[in-house]
Amino acid sequence: MATVGQLQKQFVDFSTSLYREFIQLQKLQDESNPDFVFEVVSLFFEDSEKLLNNLAIALQQQVVDFKQVDAHVHQFKGSSSSIGAHRVKNMCVAFRNFCEEKNLDGCLRCLQQINHEYCLVKNKLENVFRLERQILEAGGTIPLIA
Amino acid sequence: MEEGKRVCALVVDDDRLSQRVHAALLRKYGILETEVVENGKEAVDLFKSGKTFDLVIMDLEMPVMDGSEATRELREMGVTSMIVGVTACEVEAEKAEFMRAGLDACWDKPLSGSAIIAMLDELAKKLL
Repeated sequence: MATVGQLQKQFVDFSTSLYREFIQLQKLQDESNPDFVFEVVSLFFEDSEKLLNNLAIALQQQVVDFKQVDAHVHQFKGSSSSIGAHRVKNMCVAFRNFCEEKNLDGCLRCLQQINHEYCLVKNKLENVFRLERQILEAGGTIPLIA
Repeated sequence: MEEGKRVCALVVDDDRLSQRVHAALLRKYGILETEVVENGKEAVDLFKSGKTFDLVIMDLEMPVMDGSEATRELREMGVTSMIVGVTACEVEAEKAEFMRAGLDACWDKPLSGSAIIAMLDELAKKLL
């Protein structure tokens, strides 16, 4: 079983491997807002899954409304950059270019890649929360990330 | 910020995540009174109802009324609040158009702590 010190080190390694935006979110958490990061990340998961579903439906239509697809992608781009999910954000930039060109194949490829990148980010974030819980259950404190 | 002066801010953004993050950033740097609305029309309606804000953080792309149109309308109404645009848009021409609508500054999303500090420094000079 990992010691508190080992869990804390894993937590720091995972957190610092995420982008500065995520670390900034951790710095916004305080006694008046103790669950801020969890709430924001939960919002991100909720909104992302809705957007990915909406994108899949929109791209399956007989006549694709590329303006609507672009609107969904724009929203996803904004929220993913707020959370520090840069690879998702960069895929959204490429996706928007395909929307502008009304390139359905390009859009479908982007959607597939964004799904993949989103799963990776979600997995990483869930690991950070799991480690936080394990540290607290073991009687330790959550390390501050510089 | 000058002691005794309670600064009020308005966050205008349709993305709930951005709303939470920007409100939390403002609170962290001492802006305790922050309202949040979802589009430019709601922001304009708030000002029309007689409310005032020292600082408005305005997103560009929003449904109903976007940031450019809302900024233009607020300036035409005579609103002199500091209006700072924020956008994830990477097209320079669109950012320039947003500035021309009447912004005091335009920042890339997501806002950082240093961006908030720079904004508040400018606001402090304006309020003196």
